[in-house]
Amino acid sequence: MKATIHVELPVSLTALAGCARHLALSVETPVTQSRVIDALEQAYPVLRGTIRSRQAKIRRPFIRFFACQTDISHDPPNAPLPPSVCEGHEMFLIVTAIAGG
Amino acid sequence: MARIRLLVGTKKGAFIFTADGSRRDWAISGPFFPGWEIYHVKASPVNPDRIYAAQNSPWFGQLIQRSDDGGANFTPVGNDFRYDGVPVTHQSDDGTPQPWAFKRVWHIEPSLTCAETVFAGVEDAALFKSTDAGANWAELSGLRTSGTGSAWQPGAGGLCLHSVILDPVNADRMFIAISAAGAFRTDDAGQSWRPINQGLVSEHIPDPKAEIGHCVHHIAMHPARPNTLFMQKHWDIMRSDNAGDNWFEISGNVPTDFGFVIDVHAHEPETLYVVPIKSDAEHFPLEGKLQVYRSRSGGHEWEALTHGLPQQDCYVNVLRDAMAVDRMDPCGIYFGTTGGQIYGSADAGDHWQTIAQTLPAVLSVEVQTLP
Repeated sequence: MKATIHVELPVSLTALAGCARHLALSVETPVTQSRVIDALEQAYPVLRGTIRSRQAKIRRPFIRFFACQTDISHDPPNAPLPPSVCEGHEMFLIVTAIAGG
Repeated sequence: MARIRLLVGTKKGAFIFTADGSRRDWAISGPFFPGWEIYHVKASPVNPDRIYAAQNSPWFGQLIQRSDDGGANFTPVGNDFRYDGVPVTHQSDDGTPQPWAFKRVWHIEPSLTCAETVFAGVEDAALFKSTDAGANWAELSGLRTSGTGSAWQPGAGGLCLHSVILDPVNADRMFIAISAAGAFRTDDAGQSWRPINQGLVSEHIPDPKAEIGHCVHHIAMHPARPNTLFMQKHWDIMRSDNAGDNWFEISGNVPTDFGFVIDVHAHEPETLYVVPIKSDAEHFPLEGKLQVYRSRSGGHEWEALTHGLPQQDCYVNVLRDAMAVDRMDPCGIYFGTTGGQIYGSADAGDHWQTIAQTLPAVLSVEVQTLP
């Protein structure tokens, strides 16, 4: 069974992938961070390695995941996302940390 | 008339400059990949319209971009730089063993003979090879397992493999350099490697004449003399006439022999260029005067080239991959600065022109001489 998840990408990645900033991805349930990124990378292979490491699939240090006004970056990658995200009412936000110059 | 194409990597994107053979009027295109660090941009000598760019970001990691139309369009190719699993460690800053971890590509070196083959020097130090124009990469792990890898330590910029030189006569021979491990050579197409640091003396390491541990900044070769190498070390300008087996110092009368770049005139194998930098603590030219030094005698005797370069209040650096020479006659020479300037000379360094004034900090400069 699949759910439609609404995802927002950083602008730099939209330029790289040639896609819109807001995407609707079909994701296997139960929906988790890992499965959202799996679906994103399958749709846009050029994003492999840019959000999480290719091999260990660990979130890159300056990438954050937000949902429902909460930073869920440190939640386990295989933990279910909040119901409002899974039901399509809230976006899963992939955000660049404020850093650099 | 021939055309010149400059490939410039900066802290915030890549730029391409073009001019006709007079090298007076330059057109600029870019920024390509705006906002991304572009450590190196280099074209295939076999297919000059094939250009690779090493694109990196602290946020998103490493990408490799490839153009097959001279830089008009770029497409991301492979970015899976996977160490081959050999379980070895290098030294960390505090001396503890550290597993290799990929961070970025410092240098791209397309093959001299095959348009599909390209090498990448990376941090943590390793050499990768692609035989499908960058789509897939495989590590030449004999370098890390050559016997000294466990003792390699990072320089201030990281444990980076930043220089790759392919021998134009012997296809099995390559030279690479790592900060701060030293120079290495393979004679079997990358299967095995050995350090070639005999004659280097580095006062800042416990054994100044150690087999490894030298902070080599850059190496240059003239294609007509593949056994002669020139090196800008952390301190000292060095030369080898036996493919790196032994080195001797040629700093001669340069006012300071610290620096990063070194290059060789396209048609005069004994004419060299360096940009002296004040010291390892003060990465800018002496007395605020930007000066290229040229030796026409293979080292020892150097002359300052200043005409057209800022001679007061100049406090920029010129990084290791930020100098290149074209194949025109007279030879053109180009370099970029951390202050965002590109300088070019169409007469082998006698006179300089400001090609760009306000780019982001320049990380690399390469040049193509096109028919």
